[in-house]
Amino acid sequence: MIKVRIPTPLRPLTKNQGEVDITAGSITDLVDTLEASYPGIKARLCDDSGELRRFVNIYVNEEDIRFLDGKNTALKTGDEVSIVPAIAGG
Amino acid sequence: MSKMKALICRECGQEYPTKAIHVCEMCFGPLEVKYNYDEIKAVISRKKIEDGPKSMWRYLDLLPVEGTNFVGPHAGFTPLVRAKNLGAYLGLDNLYIKNDTVNHPTLSFKDRVVAVALTRARELGFETVACASTGNLANSVSAHAASANLHCYVFIPGDLEAAKVLGNLIYKPNVVEVEGNYDDVNRLCSEIAGEHGWAFVNINIRPYYAEGSKTLAFETVEQLGWKTPDQVVVPMASGSLLTKIWKGLHEMKSVGLIDDVRTKVNGAQAEGCSPISTAFKAGRDFFKPVKPKTIAKSLAIGNPADGYYALKTVSESKGAMDMVTDEEVVEGIQLLAQTEGIFAETAGGVTIGVLKKLVKQGLIKKDEVTVAYITGNGLKTQEAVIDAVGRPTRIQPSLVAFEKTFQLGGNGGDA
Repeated sequence: MIKVRIPTPLRPLTKNQGEVDITAGSITDLVDTLEASYPGIKARLCDDSGELRRFVNIYVNEEDIRFLDGKNTALKTGDEVSIVPAIAGG
Repeated sequence: MSKMKALICRECGQEYPTKAIHVCEMCFGPLEVKYNYDEIKAVISRKKIEDGPKSMWRYLDLLPVEGTNFVGPHAGFTPLVRAKNLGAYLGLDNLYIKNDTVNHPTLSFKDRVVAVALTRARELGFETVACASTGNLANSVSAHAASANLHCYVFIPGDLEAAKVLGNLIYKPNVVEVEGNYDDVNRLCSEIAGEHGWAFVNINIRPYYAEGSKTLAFETVEQLGWKTPDQVVVPMASGSLLTKIWKGLHEMKSVGLIDDVRTKVNGAQAEGCSPISTAFKAGRDFFKPVKPKTIAKSLAIGNPADGYYALKTVSESKGAMDMVTDEEVVEGIQLLAQTEGIFAETAGGVTIGVLKKLVKQGLIKKDEVTVAYITGNGLKTQEAVIDAVGRPTRIQPSLVAFEKTFQLGGNGGDA
């Protein structure tokens, strides 16, 4: 299982759960798996062409996936994924 | 009717009530304050501003708070210094320094944004305030929270300058030093903000907080005799300050305080953390995040929230961006100190270093009215210059020793 931390703006879609457990092999897979359980979530995270939106940051075990393999970043059991709005700080 | 109409998503235009939220639920775009400019235009005037308080609150009509129970009533209205010596050195006839090294109470431009953020946080009923900071912001939140009797948590990276750490502790907030860089702190705080109902000034209060930076544009224009500068040079960390200076200039036009905006906005970063300048030079409208490595720690944001908008702003205004090495940062600090008597922190060294480069490239011309924004005080980043400033000349307490050391001759006169 992979633990996914859900940011406040998406919690109306996850029945107000701040964390959900899912099984997925990559970030792309994770988004699709989330969509299957929580319909509508993919459209929030990805634009019309299926790319992650500009203001969505995703971290695997505290590392930004843009320093890993982007949306192809592999996931394994025990990983923790955070979805975080990019607009913060400074 | 309130001067604030709503919060509006910069990306998709979705509107929200003026509460403590910062992200669009639909597209994750940033929310910003939508004003009723017609109403503001009817009440604002140069005369009203000039008769107002000697602080940034003289621009209250364009700031996102409802009342006048201010936290930080003395922030802003810092000197605009005519920099003749530095100008002569660089070959500029009309150079000015906007000197926020002397902002009240914590000696950086963050006193402006925090004054707005905490005033608004108190209006929204918060009793605990917090921030993710590279130092200056934490100092300002800590000080203002103490004065306003608010509970306070400040989160900082583990490698900050000693004065910026002490500059929190003295006010007795909860100082949380996170093992990691600023981007780690920021990500952690975004998650904490989702769990605890606190006013994180640069997260859920960010739409209000960031507006405080506009006052740097308002003051500059007023201090130039209600004229816009031809060029501004602005340090970039998240990129927010730069975008808000641009916004401030345009708002002044929208409400009839000035006729036109022809200012070129230029952005400055340190080479060791230059995701925005690098993207600009490569002609890209998006940036790649970096792992910062620079002495300009106040600008060390590898994943800048407003990087995209900073790129847009600079392109729109036909300005430029550049970056300087750590050595050039130190030289910039020394140059400003030795020509104008202003001791800036590392971000100021970045600004002066980039100003110098832009002049050399012919992008800023001799007769253009140019304003460099110096946003923080050098006493807070002494580590950066300690090896570059030499030592005092040590002597015995005698007249002979003094005159001998400085080869001044004797017999009671130095003429």
